[in-house]
Amino acid sequence: MSRDELPGWRSIAIGSVIPEPATARKYRTGDWRVFRPVIDLDKCIGCLLCWIYCPDASIQQSDRKVKVDYDYCKGCGICAEECPVKAIAMVEEA
Amino acid sequence: MEKMKVVGLSGDQIAAYAAKQCRVDVVSAYPITPQTIIVEEYSNYVANGEVDTEFICVESEHSAMSACIGASLTGARVFTATSSQGLALMHEMLYIASGLRCPIVMCVVNRALSAPINIHCDHSDMMGSRDCGWIQVFAENAQEVYDWVIQAFKIAEDREVLLPMAVNLDGFTISHALEDIRVLEDGAVDEFLPEREAVYRLDPDNPILVGPLVLPDYYFEFKVQQEEAMRKAAEKIGEVTREYYEYSSRKYAPIDPFNVEGANTALIAMGSTAGMLRTVARQLEREGKRVAVIKLWLYRPFPGDELIKLVEDMESLIVLDRTLSFGAPVGPLCSDVIAALYNAGRCDIRVANAVYGLGGRDLTPAEVEELSMKALKMAETKMVDKRMEFIGVRE
Ligand code: SF4
Ligand code: SF4
Repeated sequence: MSRDELPGWRSIAIGSVIPEPATARKYRTGDWRVFRPVIDLDKCIGCLLCWIYCPDASIQQSDRKVKVDYDYCKGCGICAEECPVKAIAMVEEA
Repeated sequence: MEKMKVVGLSGDQIAAYAAKQCRVDVVSAYPITPQTIIVEEYSNYVANGEVDTEFICVESEHSAMSACIGASLTGARVFTATSSQGLALMHEMLYIASGLRCPIVMCVVNRALSAPINIHCDHSDMMGSRDCGWIQVFAENAQEVYDWVIQAFKIAEDREVLLPMAVNLDGFTISHALEDIRVLEDGAVDEFLPEREAVYRLDPDNPILVGPLVLPDYYFEFKVQQEEAMRKAAEKIGEVTREYYEYSSRKYAPIDPFNVEGANTALIAMGSTAGMLRTVARQLEREGKRVAVIKLWLYRPFPGDELIKLVEDMESLIVLDRTLSFGAPVGPLCSDVIAALYNAGRCDIRVANAVYGLGGRDLTPAEVEELSMKALKMAETKMVDKRMEFIGVRE
């Protein structure tokens, strides 16, 4: 989100209080990333090691099908390092 | 509506007495000369069952302020007191108290900072934490300490302000001197200062998050909120002092002026020194020399507009700083006065700075008379010989 789209000082809660739960969802932190993990699903064997290791819960899975949530992925590369079949490539962000 | 009695107490004792009448929920503090009597006295109230206050003993001022912040975040009314090295040790937490918008009230019993170690008065402790985001007032005597502590809670806790507030009193000169003090009846204080109503508070049934990491995309906005709260505080101080007058018949304001009408020069100071400045000004008046004395009660937010109104017909000012800002062009109070004049386009008013009283050194009436003559001369010649001088220092 660009800086100008964020709420101004008049409308945010005082004292940096966060008055409601689950607001982290609204605060996308994925823009720190320099490299993005890209999963080659043809190589993936569904072992879910990436899902276990991701420190940011940015690997989502259902039924052993994995996918990266780029809104929060920081690009740390742990998933790519741990993948036993090297199915995850770290690709430089444009 | 004056409901009043007179008590004979020291500045420290009356600070504790005022906090007691304010029905403080939590006190956390650490003893340090010359503040110790405040918390000692308050702990007596607790031990005697005279108050319904949680007294949290801690091992340092850093922890004292931390405990105050935690307590304040639960919605409690919180009081503490410190001095000198204690305030310096709190420095980090002072910013957290203001950043988290905790309306804590603290008495700062002004004392010189080490080294060399010294227990006597100057303002270097508060000035060292000048920019910590606290509202700051300076009392001239024990009566003013009492009145400001009670008003401070009402100002700090106002929903549009929510900033911590420091009530400064000069070490020993005020803290340890006995005075006759007119105090309100408990019921009158209750009426003037109802229970605190927090906007946000830590409550397990309604969880909130306090103190998150805030990055470049939001941090600046929270700082501007604090600045806005300072502006609101300036307005509320007007309202609260007017209301307090109804109860006490004592009128407070951001500035306490003396002899201003018809004067073409003034001495500007804060704290207990002001009384002596007025005494000398009265003597000079009898000799046909008129020098105004302008005492600032309020230091932050700085009452620049009010000050300009008082000095607009003057030719010169001497600002007394009871601290030394090493390497700065002038002391902090003088610097603020010059900035206010500059902002108002009044660079024609000549200003000199007198640094005095460090480490508890007395300022003598003879020295004040000399300063007054210098101020009068500056008004006449429209020249400043010496921008900053140290009063009563041996070469
Ligand atoms: S790069 Fe790091 S943050 Fe992103 S999905 Fe992989 S492990 Fe998680
Ligand atoms: S670690 Fe590799 S193989 Fe295992 S689920 Fe993740 S991408 Fe697929």
